Amino acid sequence: MKETIVIVGAGPAGVRAAETLVEAGLALIVLDESARAGGQIYRQPPHGAERPAEKLYGSEAGKARAIHTALEQIRPRVDYRPGTLVWNCFQGKLNTLHDNAQGILPFDRLIIATGAFDRVIPFPGWTLPGVFTLGGAQIALKSQGIAIGKRTVLVGAGPLLPLVASQYLEAGAEIAAVLDVTPFKAKIAALQRMMAMPAMVRRGLSYLSKIRRAGVPMMYGVRSLAVAGDRRVEGLAWTDHRGRRHQVACDAVGASFGLKPEMQLADLAGCDFRFDELTRQWLPVVGAGGRSSVPGVYFAGDCSAIGGADVAELTGIRAALSVLEDRGTPKPQQLRQLETELARHARFRAGIEAAYPFPNHLIDGIDDSLMVCRCEGVSAGDLRANFVKSGAPEVNRLKSFTRVGMGRCQGRVCGAVAAEILAAKSGLPLPEVGRLRGQHPIKPIPLVAGKQS
Amino acid sequence: MDKISVDVAIVGGGIMGCSAALALRKAGLTVALFDKGLCGAQASGVNAGGVRQQGRHVTEMPMTRRAAKIWPRLHEILGEDIEFRQVGHMRLARSEADVEMLEKHAAMAREHDLHLQLLSGKVVQEMFPWVGRKIAGASLAVEDGHANPRLVAPAFARAARAHGADIREFTPVESAQWTGQHFEIEAPDLQVKARHLVNAAGAWAGKFLSLFGESAPLTLRTPNLFVTEPVSYFMTKSIAVCGGAVYFRQVERGNVVLGGGPGWGDLTIERARNRADTTLGQFQRAAELVPELEGLQIIRSWSGLEGDLPDKLPIVGMSRTTPNLIHAFGFCGHGFQLGPAMGEIICELVCEGRSQTPIDAFCISRFDTQAVEQKRTAGATH
Amino acid sequence: MFPDEPQFHRIVPRSGVRFAITVDGRQVEVQAGDLLISAILLHQSALRRFEFGDGYRAGFCLMAACQDCWIKLGDGRRVRACDTVARPGMSVTTGVVAVNGSANA
Ligand SMILES: Cc1cc2nc3c(=O)[nH]c(=O)nc-3n(C[C@H](O)[C@H](O)[C@H](O)COP(=O)(O)OP(=O)(O)OC[C@H]3O[C@@H](n4cnc5c(N)ncnc54)[C@H](O)[C@@H]3O)c2cc1C
Ligand SMILES: Cc1cc2nc3c(=O)[nH]c(=O)nc-3n(C[C@H](O)[C@H](O)[C@H](O)COP(=O)(O)OP(=O)(O)OC[C@H]3O[C@@H](n4cnc5c(N)ncnc54)[C@H](O)[C@@H]3O)c2cc1C
Ligand code: FES
Repeated sequence: MKETIVIVGAGPAGVRAAETLVEAGLALIVLDESARAGGQIYRQPPHGAERPAEKLYGSEAGKARAIHTALEQIRPRVDYRPGTLVWNCFQGKLNTLHDNAQGILPFDRLIIATGAFDRVIPFPGWTLPGVFTLGGAQIALKSQGIAIGKRTVLVGAGPLLPLVASQYLEAGAEIAAVLDVTPFKAKIAALQRMMAMPAMVRRGLSYLSKIRRAGVPMMYGVRSLAVAGDRRVEGLAWTDHRGRRHQVACDAVGASFGLKPEMQLADLAGCDFRFDELTRQWLPVVGAGGRSSVPGVYFAGDCSAIGGADVAELTGIRAALSVLEDRGTPKPQQLRQLETELARHARFRAGIEAAYPFPNHLIDGIDDSLMVCRCEGVSAGDLRANFVKSGAPEVNRLKSFTRVGMGRCQGRVCGAVAAEILAAKSGLPLPEVGRLRGQHPIKPIPLVAGKQS
Repeated sequence: MDKISVDVAIVGGGIMGCSAALALRKAGLTVALFDKGLCGAQASGVNAGGVRQQGRHVTEMPMTRRAAKIWPRLHEILGEDIEFRQVGHMRLARSEADVEMLEKHAAMAREHDLHLQLLSGKVVQEMFPWVGRKIAGASLAVEDGHANPRLVAPAFARAARAHGADIREFTPVESAQWTGQHFEIEAPDLQVKARHLVNAAGAWAGKFLSLFGESAPLTLRTPNLFVTEPVSYFMTKSIAVCGGAVYFRQVERGNVVLGGGPGWGDLTIERARNRADTTLGQFQRAAELVPELEGLQIIRSWSGLEGDLPDKLPIVGMSRTTPNLIHAFGFCGHGFQLGPAMGEIICELVCEGRSQTPIDAFCISRFDTQAVEQKRTAGATH
Repeated sequence: MFPDEPQFHRIVPRSGVRFAITVDGRQVEVQAGDLLISAILLHQSALRRFEFGDGYRAGFCLMAACQDCWIKLGDGRRVRACDTVARPGMSVTTGVVAVNGSANA
């Protein structure tokens, strides 16, 4: 039976899925928006900006090389199309954009491996030039050998924070402070669960000791962030867990608060979603073997739930095995071992989530004057005032009245926060105010005459 | 179980139902309006916002003229800005045959006191240099423009409520029947007694035909819409093209809204989606007319669920089977502009059984062959 | 003075071809493999003005997700600065105006 199998995303998840299917003798197409494979964690710099893997990926160099090599090795047998954005999925067809040319790709099976994006919570000054996401700060370094500022403050609520800080220090950048908005005691309490993966814990501790040795102030339980500066970043102020106010001079801030799956494609493909209480976000419903609620559509990696790079590889293989199983191959032997390993990762992940609980206090502290939607310039006050006026009990309705989430990013950055603000203002539980409905294009697409591929 | 009794019950909180609720309250009647979801969340909230008289069928002229007189003061009536901008609407002709069509249309419009300006291709090029393609001519309606559809129906609903209408959202009307004296209407946990019933249920209006033994060839129409990123304001007129295919306009913020052609929709799951192929084709056609559109990024797309009829005219008027039942639906993709007048017309139908605006052409009987048959036989025996 | 103080700093020098691109009419030196966002922010602190209010924008996520970094190229194309590699001869309009009056919008 000749089927068209498509994988979207060539990060660790997509690459392992592709490799597994190729090994089983199947033909497939891998689409990735990036010019080079590797995804977020194993991102490769543009040609001309390459550096040795050890420098780029540190302790993870081996895994990065393995992913890059895996793709190189199967390349003669897969139709790998880098630089190809998938911007819509409808009735079994993908709309693609490659080098300004539009394409349509019908598929029989689709593995979604689109990864994740920084979880953003606005704070005063967050739209000033010089404020980037933590992931963005890391990408500048990894992909370009560039620091986002001369003197940078890093802020976060997840394991990316100590990692990026230590990477910046390693590269010789100046870090003014490392601020964790979640409490220290949460880490202690979660340690036992995180010990499901002792190597991961050791690695995390090594980042922390690197920060300490460099003499960079590292604080936990930080709240009430505010960027100083008029036209660009000049400093960052915050309140520590004892209630003392601090301010440092800096010209850049890297800040984000965990990760959020990149799930627009799943939404357009018609997959069901559920509200996840633990991480306070909507996630696609993932069934056995990484299957979505739509037959023939599968998930791999961080796009359906944040699990990290190793889990991405495992769920990539799992999604591929599910494809094989659904095509009639007997249940693969590998599957049980895979599930056991994933269960161990899940325990570790639960530890991580507990160590970095969602920083509600940042949402509660959002002032009326703060711009929540950076594309359209909609403030928290606009959202709240609209609720008072219209009683809009639902976030798509709020969007329709206020333009929140209507801009170029389609609400990717602000949608979840708008829902939080609406829930708080209306007194409704967060799941009840819903989530922004997906619309194509997943990312802006240009009109260029006469080009169809 | 909640029980209420009103003069008029309205099914549907789109622009038709909401403007009717306001007009009826102003006429002193008690009104309850029910929407299965939120007011103005369906066609009325997602349309292209075109407030256009030009290009309408001759039978719609009295109605559209009536509406055009309301739009400029609608923000006062509703007490809020609904972003109505009378920027003017220009229909482009690409051939001499099209020009001739525009001339005929302008002559017809003139009889209804709508004065369209006919422009030569050369004048268009001089006045609006952003129209890049050589065109044969154009017709400009200076009174026409656009408004923000997301705001209008909810603003009508708020105004109606402020005037004492009982507006109930998330209240799907499940059944309705005429007892001989009044209507008995049911929704979950609700029983309504009403002297009049207004069927303004948009694409779902068919349900309130079959409940009363009527029928019409109502189908689903899902216009395809999308919008570009914001760019500096340059397109000073709303644009349409003879022969349809594409229409577009730029809002003050800079986004260009484009439409034309079919999207996709499913009434039962209440979902409409933009069709990517339609969108790419429309964008291409628009850029052939306005080259500055080339290279712009499309940032959002959508569609909506609208009732459609074979002759592209709505059904407005009294039911043929049931006294005190009023229909107003099937606006075939161009009811937004008519909305403010439709409220008044519905109000007149309730109060007097007829409207001062000629609406005979929109009578449901034009489709109901059975009813036509019956009428003829009835006529013969008398 | 703004916008001429760089936002970005190259901390890992590399060898490689250098060439020029034009940013708001100024010649700016870049290195093969530089993204446009780097090429620009190594020399100034913003990429564009914010359309709906005061202020400037300099990108945010660097991973083609937030759409904050749109800029206009000389050939009329509009691209994300964070996933477009600088090529010799490219020209970019940022519309970012210096406070010292030397407008280059
Ligand atoms: C900025 C950032 C930095 C991170 N750094 C680390 C780190 O240092 N260590 C760590 O353990 N984890 C890190 N993570 C977490 C990371 O998500 C996972 O570790 C890992 O990269 C997940 O792998 P994946 O294959 O699921 O997705 P990814 O690696 O994110 O790969 C997804 C791929 O899909 C492509 N894609 C997405 N949408 C589309 C589309 N619509 N059309 C076409 N292609 C598309 C992307 O271009 C990308 O190449 C980071 C996450 C982010 C967002
Ligand atoms: C995409 C699109 C673009 C358009 N562009 C334009 C334009 O540019 N210019 C123009 O003039 N017109 C335009 N139109 C047409 C215009 O939007 C419609 O004609 C007009 O909004 C119809 O209003 P309505 O109140 O009849 O319908 P709707 O707004 O659909 O309202 C009907 C309401 O009835 C409710 N309902 C249905 N069944 C029940 C029930 N059983 N119980 C309770 N409630 C019920 C629904 O929930 C809905 O809210 C467009 C339409 C669409 C879809
Ligand atoms: S900086 Fe976010 S898309 Fe480029």
